[in-house]
Amino acid sequence: MKHIVIVGNGVAGITAARHIRKRSAYKITVISAETKYFFSRTALMYVYMGHMKFEHTQPYENNFWEKNNIDLIQDLVIKIDNNKKTLTLQNNDSVVYDDLILATGSVPNKFGWPGQDLQGVQGLYSYQDLQKLEEKTPTKAVIVGGGLIGIELAEMLLYKKVEVTLLVREKSFWSNVLPSQESALINQLIQKHHIDLKLESELKCIHADSEGWVQSIETVDGTNIPCDFVGLTAGVSPNIGWLKDSDVESNRGILVDPYLRSNMANIYAIGDCAEHRTPPPNRRPIEQVWYTGRMMGETVAATITGNPTTYQPGPWFNSAKFFDLEYQTYGVVSNVLQAGQKEFYWEHESGNFCMHFIWNSADNKFVGVNSFGIRLRHEVLDQWLQKGARIMEVMEGLRAANFDPEFFKRHEESIVMAFNAENQNLAVKLNGKKSLIEKIFG
Amino acid sequence: MKILRTIGLLLFIIGFGIFSGIFFSNEYVLSKEGLAQHLTEKQQLLFEEKQLEHGKIYSNSFAFTKFLQSVMEQVNNSLLQDLTPTEQEINSIVQHNQGLTFSLASLDQVYNDSVESEAFKKSNFISYGNWLEGRAFNNEQEMQEALQGVANNIAQYGIVSSKGFDQYKSKYLLYALTKTSAQGPVKDYPYWMLFLTFGLSIIGASLYILPKTSMEPPGIKNNGIYHNAMSNKGWLGILTGSYLILFYVFLYFYKEHMTSWILMVDPISMFLKGQPAGEFFLYGFLYTLCILVMGVRMIIKYRHSRYQVARTISVMFFQTAFAFLIPEILIRLNQPYYDFKNIWPLDYDFFFDNELNTLIANGNLGLFMIGWGLALTIVAVPVGVYFFGKRWYCSWVCGCGGLAETLGDPYRQLSDKSVKAWKFERISIHSVLVFAIVMTAGVLYTYFTGSAEVVGISTYKIREWYGAGIGAAFAGVVGTGFYPLMGNRVWCRFGCPLAAYLGLIQRFKSRFRITTNGGQCISCGNCSTYCEMGIDVRWYAQRGQNIVRSSCVGCGVCSSVCPRGVLNLEVKDEKGRLNQPSLLGNDSFKN
Repeated sequence: MKHIVIVGNGVAGITAARHIRKRSAYKITVISAETKYFFSRTALMYVYMGHMKFEHTQPYENNFWEKNNIDLIQDLVIKIDNNKKTLTLQNNDSVVYDDLILATGSVPNKFGWPGQDLQGVQGLYSYQDLQKLEEKTPTKAVIVGGGLIGIELAEMLLYKKVEVTLLVREKSFWSNVLPSQESALINQLIQKHHIDLKLESELKCIHADSEGWVQSIETVDGTNIPCDFVGLTAGVSPNIGWLKDSDVESNRGILVDPYLRSNMANIYAIGDCAEHRTPPPNRRPIEQVWYTGRMMGETVAATITGNPTTYQPGPWFNSAKFFDLEYQTYGVVSNVLQAGQKEFYWEHESGNFCMHFIWNSADNKFVGVNSFGIRLRHEVLDQWLQKGARIMEVMEGLRAANFDPEFFKRHEESIVMAFNAENQNLAVKLNGKKSLIEKIFG
Repeated sequence: MKILRTIGLLLFIIGFGIFSGIFFSNEYVLSKEGLAQHLTEKQQLLFEEKQLEHGKIYSNSFAFTKFLQSVMEQVNNSLLQDLTPTEQEINSIVQHNQGLTFSLASLDQVYNDSVESEAFKKSNFISYGNWLEGRAFNNEQEMQEALQGVANNIAQYGIVSSKGFDQYKSKYLLYALTKTSAQGPVKDYPYWMLFLTFGLSIIGASLYILPKTSMEPPGIKNNGIYHNAMSNKGWLGILTGSYLILFYVFLYFYKEHMTSWILMVDPISMFLKGQPAGEFFLYGFLYTLCILVMGVRMIIKYRHSRYQVARTISVMFFQTAFAFLIPEILIRLNQPYYDFKNIWPLDYDFFFDNELNTLIANGNLGLFMIGWGLALTIVAVPVGVYFFGKRWYCSWVCGCGGLAETLGDPYRQLSDKSVKAWKFERISIHSVLVFAIVMTAGVLYTYFTGSAEVVGISTYKIREWYGAGIGAAFAGVVGTGFYPLMGNRVWCRFGCPLAAYLGLIQRFKSRFRITTNGGQCISCGNCSTYCEMGIDVRWYAQRGQNIVRSSCVGCGVCSSVCPRGVLNLEVKDEKGRLNQPSLLGNDSFKN
């Protein structure tokens, strides 16, 4: 029987394994050096902060894998020999495969900073990173990089009452992704949580004490910041270092075609480590988010089980949480308004809610929305984006797009009122009626 | 702020410590007045006769009740000795039935009606032996054996129950005499003690809870829950659980030892209903207090979610007004005790003959109460669940739910999420539902036919088993005592027959569901971890499937803790409720 070997047990690899099992009786083996069982990487922060135990981050009970006849090997793959279709493992012998799926994820970026491998310097990606972080609670930390993991790490350290400095190279937090308004909102939020936010500040090097432990960092502009911990969270890169000597062709990631196939006919790559030779329309070649990993897993499973399927992600979506502020995005909202686009930004006076709509000025076609503090209904947004709804239809239908729990304060009326004031030529009337609850509680 | 909280914690510990200490604070002296209050004259005489050291002071309730029990036993024994037909008397009766045919008339020859004890023996013999009237025996030995059988029955059933202290009477007397015989600070300074226990605890808890509002911004703050000895089954959790379990064991099975606490709330009970407190007044008072104080904590903790705030205010209101105040005030107005929000089969004694008779005896109000209770079970449950899900009751109205959602909130994460636990839950909760129905059917059968037995089993026994096994042991001891060990909904999840009934409707005919928001789930596990009912919410969410489970009480915490806005409690058209697992975002399979 055909033997499918999957390297990596993150969401991409595990989704592939589960869907191959659903579609076939093939022998399936998942190899990972990190942990034996699949866990949700995004939840590591909650383990550190005591919201959950590590076992709670595992979406399946341990007997699930045996029950579904999926073999798990905890080991590190060090070599691929595709002529013999053999993987060499560090501790066990070797594994022979028919088809191979590479889902090895990412590694935190290190840009060759002097001192980047000192003790007390680490990223936050793997289970091992969490263990390392839990070994010793620092007193003063510097976090390098203004992205999602950076702010998560800051939140984690604050729980342990660590003094945190956040170095951000850009002018504003995550401003290579977020438009200036939202980015400014997050800047304020960071400062409200007593994090020392240093914008336009770049790491130059890390200094050690006599025992090889980090003592301070130095920025490019010469500032010296004493600290006993440095978090490197300046993005991640595909984890493909171990493939350098193999025949698998790679650029920044493993190069794949629309079927997620590498240059070898029986080797596929999915998730963070894959780089699309021809990215789907409006998409980047490497997308390192949970959802794309999952979708590539679903897709490759179909192809491998005899139903060749090209990877076609639907409209982009993503979400995150900054401290208490939830963020969702649907469609494409660039950090800078693109030529031929119009925007409408609404922010509640409390600063706890905001929405940012983008549409094409020529045909008023809705392009995307960022929402902070207000949950949106994926199904509705997906439909609007798929069918090319106009911004007017979106504004009219805001009630149906809301996904906040019952009794929550509704903002659709104020949003539409502000939209109409700004865009008198597009003025709309909000569809639907106030529910009884909304009438009573607002 | 921190200092305020520390002071609050200290005050609470002191108040709680004094409360616990009061359990042991009384001395007990049996007084003439005390006996007079609860015993017949005859019993008083017997009691005084056997009381070994008159006026002795007992330093704790255990020694005192042991003493009471031994006296009652001695009284019973001497009654048995005096009032059981003796062998001599039996022989004498045999002698007076020369023809080997038994006649009740022969008793007149043996017992002298003018002697009280003999008259009693005779009348007992007639009631227990009249079936032998006219019976012919083969020889004297046979007749003697038959009469001895009657004497044995008299000894077993005919004496202690009418003259002495049977099981029920002695249980009651243990409690009543302990309460009237108590002496100590609670009796001397009830108001001071109320202040030092409940007063200090409430002030302390408030000082601990209220400053949270200004210490951190609104939002989910589950920091450190698994690093805390209280909420992570550490020593503090185990200690709290043991305390609760002991409390319930005393409450349901040994209330005579709780009299110091009951005495303390006497003034409140007098004020509310004009009668001294019983153990269930104490319980109701404590219960309401816990829901109110911990309700405030719940509101502060989830103040960013108006759903949580609204439903917490709701359970606080229903507990205070419906479960605590209205029933007590009804008593003050000489009306039957009635909790207007309690629904059969959770309210398992609703159809008990004594309950029904009390209501029927109370005219229109009583009849209204019967109608109301029936309407809740027959109409309100299905209609409410159809439109809102079982949450309308379980996490908005119910008292058990109210305690679970307030006092129990710190323990919600401890529920078992395994498939094994789910399998067990389905068997156990539905078994209790069946048990409740069978028990009630038996009770009603007896009520309407007057026959106490169904297929050889006494319906009184069945209801006794249910009361002790389910009503007390499961709902109380396990249901609440195990909060810190198995989560805050042990009873609701594994035992509550009403939850089972509500759940069946929720599963099969309801507009309620937890909607999964397209493909946004990241499998982090917060929802499953904080589901008090042990539902593996993530299992559904990560597949893009709505959550439709009979056990879901709609507390809404999964939606609150979700960091990505994936879950939402909704009531909508039934169509699309049980959707097929599918995740949005991947269009690869569209063609």
